[in-house]
Amino acid sequence: MKSHNARKWRNRIASLLALGCVLVALVPLVSILIEVVSRGAPAIDWAFLTERTKSAGTPDSGIGNAILGSILLVGWGSLIGLPLGILTGVYVSEYGDNSFGRTARFFNDVLANFPSIVIGLFAYSLIVTVVGFSLISGAFALGIIMIPIVANTTEEALRMVPNSLREASLALGVPRWKTVLKVIISNGRSGLVTGALLAIARVAGETAPLILTSFGNSFWETGLTEPVAALPLVIFRNAMSPYADLQEQAWGAALILITMVLSLNVIVRLITRKRFKVAKAVKKTWKERLSLSG
Amino acid sequence: MNEVEKDTSQEGKRSIVMPHKGGNRMMYVVVAIAVVAIIIVAAFATGILSTGSKESVTLTGAGATFPMPLILKWADEYYNTTDGGVKVNYGGGGSGAGITQIEEMQVDFAGTDAPLSAADSSTYGLVHIPETLGAVVVAFNLPDVSGLKLDGDTTAKIFMKNITTWNDPAIAELNPGVSLPDESIATVVRSDSSGTTFVFTGYLAIVSSEFDELYGQGKTVAWPDGTLAQSGNSGVAQAVQGTSYSVGYIELAYALENDISFAQMENHDGEFVTASLETTAAAAAAAVPILPAGDGDWSGVHVLDAPGVDSYPIVTFTYILIYKELYNEDTKMNKTAAEALLDFLWWAVHDDGQAFASPLQYAPLPDAVVELNEETLRSITYEGEPLID
Amino acid sequence: MRLTGKLGSGRKSRASFEDKLFKYTTMGVAAFVLALLWGLVVKLLFDAQMSIETFGFEFLTSDIWNPNKDLYTALPFIFGTLMTAAVGIGIGVPISIGIAIYLSELAPAWIREPLSFLIELLAAVPSVIYGLWAIYTLRPILTGTVEPALMDVLGWTPLFEGASFGIDKLAAGIILAVMIIPTVASVSKESMMAVPDSQREAALSLGATKYESTRMAVLSYARSGIFGAAILGLGRAVGETMAVTMTIGNANLISWSLLDPGQTMASVIANNWGEADGLMLSALVEIGVVLFIVALVINVFARLMLGRLMKAVPMTGGGL
Repeated sequence: MKSHNARKWRNRIASLLALGCVLVALVPLVSILIEVVSRGAPAIDWAFLTERTKSAGTPDSGIGNAILGSILLVGWGSLIGLPLGILTGVYVSEYGDNSFGRTARFFNDVLANFPSIVIGLFAYSLIVTVVGFSLISGAFALGIIMIPIVANTTEEALRMVPNSLREASLALGVPRWKTVLKVIISNGRSGLVTGALLAIARVAGETAPLILTSFGNSFWETGLTEPVAALPLVIFRNAMSPYADLQEQAWGAALILITMVLSLNVIVRLITRKRFKVAKAVKKTWKERLSLSG
Repeated sequence: MNEVEKDTSQEGKRSIVMPHKGGNRMMYVVVAIAVVAIIIVAAFATGILSTGSKESVTLTGAGATFPMPLILKWADEYYNTTDGGVKVNYGGGGSGAGITQIEEMQVDFAGTDAPLSAADSSTYGLVHIPETLGAVVVAFNLPDVSGLKLDGDTTAKIFMKNITTWNDPAIAELNPGVSLPDESIATVVRSDSSGTTFVFTGYLAIVSSEFDELYGQGKTVAWPDGTLAQSGNSGVAQAVQGTSYSVGYIELAYALENDISFAQMENHDGEFVTASLETTAAAAAAAVPILPAGDGDWSGVHVLDAPGVDSYPIVTFTYILIYKELYNEDTKMNKTAAEALLDFLWWAVHDDGQAFASPLQYAPLPDAVVELNEETLRSITYEGEPLID
Repeated sequence: MRLTGKLGSGRKSRASFEDKLFKYTTMGVAAFVLALLWGLVVKLLFDAQMSIETFGFEFLTSDIWNPNKDLYTALPFIFGTLMTAAVGIGIGVPISIGIAIYLSELAPAWIREPLSFLIELLAAVPSVIYGLWAIYTLRPILTGTVEPALMDVLGWTPLFEGASFGIDKLAAGIILAVMIIPTVASVSKESMMAVPDSQREAALSLGATKYESTRMAVLSYARSGIFGAAILGLGRAVGETMAVTMTIGNANLISWSLLDPGQTMASVIANNWGEADGLMLSALVEIGVVLFIVALVINVFARLMLGRLMKAVPMTGGGL
């Protein structure tokens, strides 16, 4: 009786501890949001969102060109990083059971942990020295940073799919490539979306490689071969500046950046929620079958 | 996209058997995307897609972050003055980066706080154009003390950790009547390599031979153990403000804009001088006689411990570097851009541009330096032809 | 594995052509990415050559960083990197496991998705913003409460000697812990959720409490996944640049005290990049190479451990 009680209490305490962990992790998130909103909100008005960045003490300074620049950088970067990353992940997971596949996976892991400033230097020596400081060199650096993140999460997502599912699919006469795509699109999708989001969220806030590549610009610029502005650069440069108006703009830009990144997450989550449920249902039926057969 | 959704919803019921039609197209899309992505990356990597057309003239500069607010201000005003005809884009990044990038001809001009070595300026044919002045102050945080006086030797000893408490006789002697606490001094320095450190350590090396021997002048130096290092002026200022009984060095502009208290420094003539735009300009005026021509050797130039009763002792020029001959087979600069660059610099170093210095806490250039810059700009050529009469 | 060949002879040749096309497309992409990486490595080694030739092996074993005398070594930064990553892992991984257990085993169904979404949002916060937050919000808490308390209780250990500044290895470690939580927690959660329900049910039907079934059935099944998650977190912690640079205090010294400032390999590069040239630039690149190698070692270690654990835990199988 006593031991039963003790076990019950232990169970309860462990549950509370686990819940406590969740709450502890949420404290920084909430605190960051409060800090950024309370410092950044006063800076934000219509002009701030639509005007270009101007120098200290100039009225009507904004971050419109930086918002546009960030969108272009991340967009072009995704065009490079997502397909290369996803296909690398597919290869490593589905065909990578050989020395080349293991090498590819291995160096992807290494690249994922690499300081982005060095990748910025790589993009500098490869592209900037030819094209000059430009949108495309920044996008190239961001794309490279995305590749291993996307590849690893793709691989992880495919790894979560039980082998029996693949075998069953092949047994039913579905070609392997179609099985793979099918599996990615249904069962592995939540993992893929997570990977793409993680990658986009990560590069949207990258500062160091952009200093060496996209360079920043106070003017409106969208050309692929021209230097462009970016939100993290505005935050970084203005936060370090002596002038109160620029510092306020840094917090305003931080609020915009974090809002963009977070709302992107929310939107994608809302769009994919229905599919998540379907995917989970599929997974569950397979789990049931597995446990029946096993 | 619809097809994908349909497939998925069907899968719930029909498990793994799926319609084959949509699948083939999907495959070719995948292959096409892969090929296109590789081609894009390869094309940019090899520089094939490197054509760009420019309607207005864009001048790109990089380098020192210290003059960046002023250069950006000039960029704004010059853009308005030329009705949008000339865009000056200055990206900061640090003096070292700026020098590397102008030597690699990635930028049209570079900003630097420390002059080039004689070898570098002659090898690359770069000229120095001092465009504004800055000063470095010793910020302090003493809860019950409002004013503090320091001399060079004492300051050096504090940062070398030879003087470790506030009530040390050396400090007390300089501050009669001030009750200094019996607390240890926390010293805060810049962690990132910076022109500010270069100027400050240059001053300490001039006034203290011991500092010169042990640490020397540098953009970063090996400070003694126990020194707190922070990135940027803002980092040092915050650390000083957040730590009682601390001292640190920051730019004058930063201290003035953020109401940070800083020490009066004893100058070369033995006067205690408060750093301000006036005392900064006074120091620069005193340094004018030693300045070389724009294309000469600037490596020894400094405005530290300058003579004159009103001269603040920790002052520096900050320079713009451009090529003496703007035409080069490797640069993409055409004659229009070269003319625009010179016009912009001419405008910036004269009253038109210098008028914007004071509101941003930069000291305007003394007249003699403006005249020197005029000569330098007149000597700049494009394919051998001077561009300014 | 070779089931395709036995099936529907009419579709066979086309299917195998498409299979090959698909396989070689993905392989081509993987090869291309690998080539990019090799380009990066070659470029790094080329740039580091001057430093490697000047300092040789001493680069890794001596503790000198003196730009004025043009002497550079990597040891203080290797030390700082390992120390802060250890703090980050030590704080972050247990919390992440707790989160994963709550989300996969305990939470009511309706709250699971919103909660795990919120946790994942931590990964979306840009590094620069973590740095700003650490300076403005975390630092006063550390100097006001946490560090004095640690000094009172644990001041006798070498780990908590010295004065409290709030800009030190502890602050950097805490920021790293926060930054790795979303990665470690969601990968751990995924691997726990992949444990078949039959395992849990078996334990519960034997009269185990939820705590016991989680510990015995779920954790033992998912431990390779959890370990992999922790390694992923370690990798993230080692390479993190911006937030660490803003919190660690950036002193080039080796000190065991978490309350002393330090410097990581990534932060020394970021701090000195803009102004470095010549030998110093080359030394910074060599530190980049060392960082590359540390990342390699972490991954080799992870692969070895996971390989062994994978055999013990057959559930997380490989590809086709």
